[in-house]
Amino acid sequence: MNISLLDLKKNFQEVTAGLTDREAIEEANRCLYCYDAPCVKACPTGIDIPAFIKKIASGNLKGSAKTIMLSNPVGASCARVCPTEELCEGACVLNHSTKPIKIGHLQRYATDWAMRNDAVLFQAGKKNGKTVAIVGAGPAGLSAARELARIGYDVTIFEAQQEAGGLNTFGIVSFRLPRHVSLWEVNQVKRLGVDIRTGVKVGKDVTAQELLEQYDAVVLAVGMSKVPMLGIEGEELDGVYDAIEFIKETKTKPLTNRFVGKKVVVIGAGNTAIDGATCSVRLGAENVKILYRRTKEEMTAYDFEYEFAKQDGVEFRWLTAPKRIIGDESGKVTHVECVRMQLGAPDQDGRRRPMPIEGSEFFIRADVVIKAIGQTRHLDLIKEFGIEHDGGVVKVIGAHYQTSNPKVFACGDVIFGKGGGEAMVVTAAQQGKETAYAIHRYLTTLNETL
Amino acid sequence: MADLSINLAGIKSPNPFWLASAPPTNSGYQVQRAFEAGWGGAVWKTLGEPILNVSSRFAAISFNGQRVAGFNNIELITDRPLEVNLKEIYETKKRFPDRALVASLMVEPKREKWHEIVKKVEAVGVDGLELNFGCPHGMAERGMGSASGQVPALVEQQTYWVKEVAQTPVIVKLTPNITDITATAEAAVKGGADAISMINTINSLMGVDLDTWNPIPHVAGKGAHGGYCGPAVKPIALNMVAECARHPRIHVPISGMGGVSSWKEAVEFMLMGATGVQVCTAVMHHGFRIIEDMLDGLNHYLDEKGIASVIDLVGKSVHKYSDWGDLDLNYKVAARIDTDKCINCNKCYIACEDASHQCIDRLKDAGGKEYLKVREADCVGCNLCSIVCPVDGAIEMVEVPSEHPPMTWNERQAAIGVLASCNIDTK
Repeated sequence: MNISLLDLKKNFQEVTAGLTDREAIEEANRCLYCYDAPCVKACPTGIDIPAFIKKIASGNLKGSAKTIMLSNPVGASCARVCPTEELCEGACVLNHSTKPIKIGHLQRYATDWAMRNDAVLFQAGKKNGKTVAIVGAGPAGLSAARELARIGYDVTIFEAQQEAGGLNTFGIVSFRLPRHVSLWEVNQVKRLGVDIRTGVKVGKDVTAQELLEQYDAVVLAVGMSKVPMLGIEGEELDGVYDAIEFIKETKTKPLTNRFVGKKVVVIGAGNTAIDGATCSVRLGAENVKILYRRTKEEMTAYDFEYEFAKQDGVEFRWLTAPKRIIGDESGKVTHVECVRMQLGAPDQDGRRRPMPIEGSEFFIRADVVIKAIGQTRHLDLIKEFGIEHDGGVVKVIGAHYQTSNPKVFACGDVIFGKGGGEAMVVTAAQQGKETAYAIHRYLTTLNETL
Repeated sequence: MADLSINLAGIKSPNPFWLASAPPTNSGYQVQRAFEAGWGGAVWKTLGEPILNVSSRFAAISFNGQRVAGFNNIELITDRPLEVNLKEIYETKKRFPDRALVASLMVEPKREKWHEIVKKVEAVGVDGLELNFGCPHGMAERGMGSASGQVPALVEQQTYWVKEVAQTPVIVKLTPNITDITATAEAAVKGGADAISMINTINSLMGVDLDTWNPIPHVAGKGAHGGYCGPAVKPIALNMVAECARHPRIHVPISGMGGVSSWKEAVEFMLMGATGVQVCTAVMHHGFRIIEDMLDGLNHYLDEKGIASVIDLVGKSVHKYSDWGDLDLNYKVAARIDTDKCINCNKCYIACEDASHQCIDRLKDAGGKEYLKVREADCVGCNLCSIVCPVDGAIEMVEVPSEHPPMTWNERQAAIGVLASCNIDTK
């Protein structure tokens, strides 16, 4: 893309334009309206995709948005961030005859309509007198809250950040997912009477014990925490950033021009690494490199994210690991010492273990280092609730999302562990819904375990 | 949420969407599936005799890649014994007492035959009867269906026979294969019909195979005209409904059908005087599940318009439908091209140049960029350019203030008549 160094804001505008009315009508009428459609089965939240597309074709846009949001309380965000070619669009039968329907774009078209028209899509259920506390207002927490409110629960969400929405609001780059989309979804939940207390950290401002005493059930939907330490020399230097914090700044503060002309090195090759890299490009960095200790095959970023980064001019250095970050006398980053890697035998998760090649060290010039090697867990909070976990991954019972404390349920990234599928927004949304139904079953039948 | 319930000549249903008498209403299994999906009513596939059919039976027109723009069939009435149908009608009504269940009937044009079937059908608890005077093929050759429906006297006579014994409301279903449908509609009313429904299918030959030269569809290489329906027939059906609705001597409710594929056509038919609609082709194409958007879309439309009940739509546009002689000759619109939206395909230019009044100019601006402009003084306001324009909103038809007060053809002729009778020299 053409990066403007003078008007950085331009670089952060949504990269994909929404469909025009004509495009939407033509695309919607191309949909076959399959029966028992594979796209529906491929959607983790089970949106009735042929139905919402039919409604676009018939001009029933409110109905279309409602069909989407009913199944997926963060359906407007997912229209933008879902890996559609791996889900709905990948399953579209037209892959076998012409080309798949642009389901993501149509979903965005319908939800954009609802946003523009400030449509009221859902009503709160008749109050049943029971209360639920939800810790975390990300996709999983919001989704659980929306469904619980529709059933009739009195729901309070505790959110440590100043605004709700979780990663959708803070962690996914603006040019993919503008904040206003996520905040509209938050507002949809608020309209059902859900009390979202932002800036309140459970474990500090209110204790786990208080929640357990004051509410009939508690949902732990806190997601994950900061990027972990690399454990190498120089990590404290000026110019080293946590990718999540780095992206959050671009979504919450005026865009800074302090990265213009800088050389940026991003460590890691997941979707957050790509976001950190493309953000750097858009902030005016002269050169952006992604270092990954494995190869493209093991990279966890989606293919379309990888392609997107390459289009942005991001360079990839495979089989390369940082060994040390080097700074000047004023404590500013100047270089990263790297070592070349080779892949050895597969380790527990089945991926081949990278091993350093001795004597292959080399230096890369860098002004900025962005760490994106995954996220740590909210271990203290999990411990405070006294629930069973496996290295910070909360243990839940099957599909019921009930933890070792029957009163506490957990969903979203907080239960996402290795081998647990993909940590997608859409998965968190579905888990939130299922958690709400599990709580309802638990509180109406009062089974100790489900 | 608006009230979607209707009452058509005493037949009540929770919403205005009924399945038309056709293949989707051939059995209890199907009608019950439809009711589960949310359909407000169903007209059972025509009961009668004999039970026979041909293979193949259906054909459809694809228009520029869109399938089933129009549909035709040479299938006959029910292919199951009357006793089986009656048993299933009884069971269906028992399971869904709140839905409208109407039996479509077709028998030889004999008084006792009509009496016999009406009594049998009413005995199993139908909510109404629909007399099939419309089927254009197969039965017509034996004096039934449209053979009856094309002769006003036969329509009146048979309706009368039915009304002699019927306890439930009688709907007469009319054929469009007639020059003036109001003639048969009026005959039905004279015969005592409680309601009329239209349109049945239109005589049609769907095509000829370019390689085999067989008609489409064909039966062992031979074809016969079939009944045409589906989205393509909507304008024909809508006109017939509107003509009947505005006719002073046709004062019974109308069940409208012909190309109803979504909630939008339902609104159009109701605005033009239909109390409810019947659907077939859209279900044949997509299944009963289309009812979900029909109900949802209609609900949102009514909410958006602030209309509490769907019956408040009925007939609201009828007074706007008139004769050509009542149109204002001094009203004028002209095309206006929005050059910002125009994509310069020049479709409007060539359409106007070759097929209308040559009033679009191709010009160049100071920078040498081409643009199109309408010479409004020469534009007759035909709409053609805006019809062929592929971009929404690029060509708008704008009202041009007239120097003259409104004047219709009828007013003009009346004025001239006055002058003539006064024998005034107008030269």
